[in-house]
Amino acid sequence: MEAMKAKVGERVIKACMCVIALISVAVLLTVVGYIFFYGMHAISPGFLLKSPDYTALDRGGILPQIIGSLCLLGVCLLFAVPLGIASGIYLAEYATENVITKSVRFFVECLAGIPSIVIGLFGLIFLVYYLGFGPSLLSGGLALGFMILPWTVRASEEAIKAVPDSYREASLALGASKWQTVRGVVLKSAYPGIITGILLGAGKAIGEAAVILLTTGGLVTYLPHSLLDDVGALPVYIYMVLTVVPASRAVAESYAFGASLVLISIFMLISVFAMSLRNRYVRRMSVIRG
Amino acid sequence: MNALEHVRDVKFEFKRMGLGKEKIIEKLLLISALASILIVFFIIAFMLKESIPALALGWDFLFGMRWQPSHNQFGILPIVVTTFVVGLGALVIAAGIGIPTAIYLAEFSPAWLRNVIKPSVEMLVGIPSVVLGFFGLMVLVVFIRDSFGGYGECILAGWIILAIMTLPHVISISEDSIRAVPVSYREASLALGATQLETIRRVVLPNARSGILASLILGMGNAVGETMAVLMVIGNPEIPWIPHSVLEPVRVLTSTIVLEYSYVVWGSMHQHALFAIGVVLFVIVSILNLVTTVAVKGRFGITTVIKGVWKQ
Amino acid sequence: MGKVETRGLNVYYRGGRVHALKGVSIKIEANKITALIGPSGCGKTTFLRAINRLNELNGARTEGEVLIDGKDIYNGNIDVNLLRRRVGMVFQQPNPFPMSIYDNVAYGPRIHGIRNNKLSGIVEDSLKRAALWDEVKDRLDSSALMLSGGQQQRLCIARALAVNPEIILFDEPCSALDPISTARIEDLLRELKEDYTIVIVTHNMQQAARVSDFTAFFLMGELIEFGETTRIFERPKDKRTEDYITGRFG
Repeated sequence: MEAMKAKVGERVIKACMCVIALISVAVLLTVVGYIFFYGMHAISPGFLLKSPDYTALDRGGILPQIIGSLCLLGVCLLFAVPLGIASGIYLAEYATENVITKSVRFFVECLAGIPSIVIGLFGLIFLVYYLGFGPSLLSGGLALGFMILPWTVRASEEAIKAVPDSYREASLALGASKWQTVRGVVLKSAYPGIITGILLGAGKAIGEAAVILLTTGGLVTYLPHSLLDDVGALPVYIYMVLTVVPASRAVAESYAFGASLVLISIFMLISVFAMSLRNRYVRRMSVIRG
Repeated sequence: MNALEHVRDVKFEFKRMGLGKEKIIEKLLLISALASILIVFFIIAFMLKESIPALALGWDFLFGMRWQPSHNQFGILPIVVTTFVVGLGALVIAAGIGIPTAIYLAEFSPAWLRNVIKPSVEMLVGIPSVVLGFFGLMVLVVFIRDSFGGYGECILAGWIILAIMTLPHVISISEDSIRAVPVSYREASLALGATQLETIRRVVLPNARSGILASLILGMGNAVGETMAVLMVIGNPEIPWIPHSVLEPVRVLTSTIVLEYSYVVWGSMHQHALFAIGVVLFVIVSILNLVTTVAVKGRFGITTVIKGVWKQ
Repeated sequence: MGKVETRGLNVYYRGGRVHALKGVSIKIEANKITALIGPSGCGKTTFLRAINRLNELNGARTEGEVLIDGKDIYNGNIDVNLLRRRVGMVFQQPNPFPMSIYDNVAYGPRIHGIRNNKLSGIVEDSLKRAALWDEVKDRLDSSALMLSGGQQQRLCIARALAVNPEIILFDEPCSALDPISTARIEDLLRELKEDYTIVIVTHNMQQAARVSDFTAFFLMGELIEFGETTRIFERPKDKRTEDYITGRFG
C-alpha cells in the first residue's frame, strides 16, 4: 500500500516536471507566434522597400534599417572573424600552456562577461569620440565586433581542438610544415565548427540593440554609403519607434511588429543554418572517430 | 617500366617555405590572440577615466539616495537596490522553472521530447532582447495593468521578462551538471532500493549542486547586465526610489544609461556619473562571473555554451 | 653501411621521467623489411618515430645518433620537413584526411610545390602502386572517409608514396584491419621493398615472420636481439626473445 502511494506520488511529480519543462517551449512559441501573427499585417512591399518617414510613420518603410543591420553585421564579422580564427589557431595549435595562454583565455571570458551596455559606452567614448569615427557604421560594427569576438575565439579554438591529432601527424609525416598542416588539414576539418560558432555570434550581433544605440545615430532615413556614414538598424528602430518617434500608438506598434518579424526572420535563418551545419559536422566527426 | 619508376622520374622541385615565414605567421597569430586582452584593458581604462570624477564623489555616489541629475544629485543606491531586486526576482522564477526542467531533461525525458525542448530553449536565448521587451510591453504590461491595476510597467513585468532571458542559461548548465554525476552513483542508490526520485534528491542533486548554483549566479549576471528587454517593461520613473511593491515602476542601472546618455552634456558630472554606473555594472557582473568560475572548477559562461553545441 | 643506423639512441618523455628507449644501436638495411616486435610499451613505436623525428611532437628528448645514409638527422642543420618527406609513415589507425581521394594523395606533392599538371600522374601512379587504383579510379572525387578500413589504409600508403620517400615506416598498419585486408597490405609490403626501405612495427609475430627480412626484438626500451628473421624465429640467442616468440609472455 505504501509502495503504491509512493509510485503514484512519483508519477505525479514526474508529470509536473514534464509540464514545467514544456513552459519554455510554450514561451518560445507564444513570443514567436505573436510576433508573426501581428507582424504579417505590417509587412508589405512598401514597408520593406521604402525609407522611414518619421513625420508620418505610416508612409515609410524600413529598408535602411534592414540594409543597415546587415552592413553592421558585415563590419562586425570582418573584424571579429579573422581575429577570432587567428586567436583560436594560436591557442589551439601554437601556444604551450603558459601565462600568456591562460591570460588570453581569462580575458576572453572576461570580455564575454561584459554587459553589452558597457561595450556600448566604451564604443561611444573610444570609437565615436576618442578615435573620431562619430556615430557611424564603423563605430557600431566594431563595437559589435568587440562583443562577439569571444565567441569567434572560443568557437575556433574548440573546433580546432576537436580535430584528431592523427591528421596533424599524417600531414607532418609527409613533410608539411606546421603552418601548411594548419592551413591544409586542420582548418579544412574544423571549418564547419568554426562557422557554427561564428553564426552563433552573428545571431547575437544582429539582435543587439544597446550597443548600436550608443554607437550609431538612431533615426536614420538613408542607406550608408561609407564606413563613416550613420546607419540605421532594426533593433534600434523598434525601440525608437515605440519611445521617441511621435506617431499614433497603433501605427507605431504595427511598424514595430513588422520590424520585429523581419529581425526574427533574419535571426532564425542564421540559427537554422548554424544548426544544420552543426549536425553535419557532428555526424562527420562521429564517422571519423568511428 | 613499373609505375614507381615513373614516379621516380618526376622531378620534384621543392619549394620550401622559409622558417622565417613560419615564425612571422606565429607572431601574427600571437598578436591576434593578444587583441582580446588589449580590448579588455582599453575598456577598463576608458571606462575608469571617464568615471573617476563621479566615483570620486564616493559615498554620495554609491550610497546616495537621490538620483536627480538636474539638481546635481547623483546617488545610485536606489537604482542599485532595484537592480538587485529585479535580478533576484527573475532568478527565483527562472530557478523555479529551470531546475525542474533540467532534472526532467537529464533524468526522465524521452529522447523525442528532449529533441523538442532543447532546441526551443536554445532558440529562446537568441530572441533579440528588444523583441522580447516589445512582446513584454504589448502582452505582459497590458495583462498586469488589467489584472492588478497600476501602470503595468513594473518590477513584476521585469521579473518575468528577465526570467525568460535567464531560463536558457539555467537549464543548459544545470542539465550538464546533472548529467555529469556518474551513473555508478545512481546505480548504487537504486540498487539499495531507493526510488528514482529519492535517488535524484539524495544522490544526484547534492552532487550537481555546484553546477546548478553556478548556473544561477551566471543567470543573475546576465539579468543584471540585460538592457533593452527590461528597459521596455519597467517604467523608468524620472526620479528613482526604492520600491515598496512589485507593481511600482522602477529603474535599473542599464536602463538609466540608455535613457540619459542621449541628452547628457558632454564633460558634465552627469556624463561621468553615467559612465560610473557602467563601471558599477561591470564590477557587479564581473564579481558574479568570478564567483561562478570559483564555484565550479573550470570555466563557465561561453565555454559551456560552445562546448554544449557539440554535445547534443 | 645501413640505410638507417642508430648509435646509442635514448629517448625520454615527460621531462625525462620516462626513459622510453635505452641505448639502442641498430643497422637497418636498404630495400629490406625490418620488423620491430615486442610487448606493448617496449619502445618499438618510439623507435619508429625517432627515425622521422615525430617524437618531438610529444615533447620527447632524444640523445644519441640516428643516421640516414650516414648523415645524423638530429644534429647539424637538417630540415625536418625535408627529412619527413624522405621518410614516409603509415599509422596504426587509417587516417585519411577528410577530403576527396584525389586530394588526399595530392596533398603531399602539393605542399612540396608540385603544380597541377604533374599532379594527376603522381596520384595515379601512387594509387596503382598501393594497389588501390582499380577500386577508386572512377570516384577520385568522393570522400576518402567513404572507403573501407583496408582501402583507407592503402590510401594512406598511396599518400605516403606520393612524395617519393626512400624509407617508409609502418606503425602496426594492420592492427585495425580484417584478415583479408591484412593479407593485401602484406603483399603490398613485399612489392614495395623492391624500391623502399621498410620498417614495420607489429605485435603480430606471424606477420613479422611472414613479411620481414630482419627482426628486432625490444623489451622495456632495450633492443634485446636483432638479426635475420629466420634466425631470430628459429634459433633465438636470448632467452627472453625465445620466451616472447613462443608466447610465454607479452
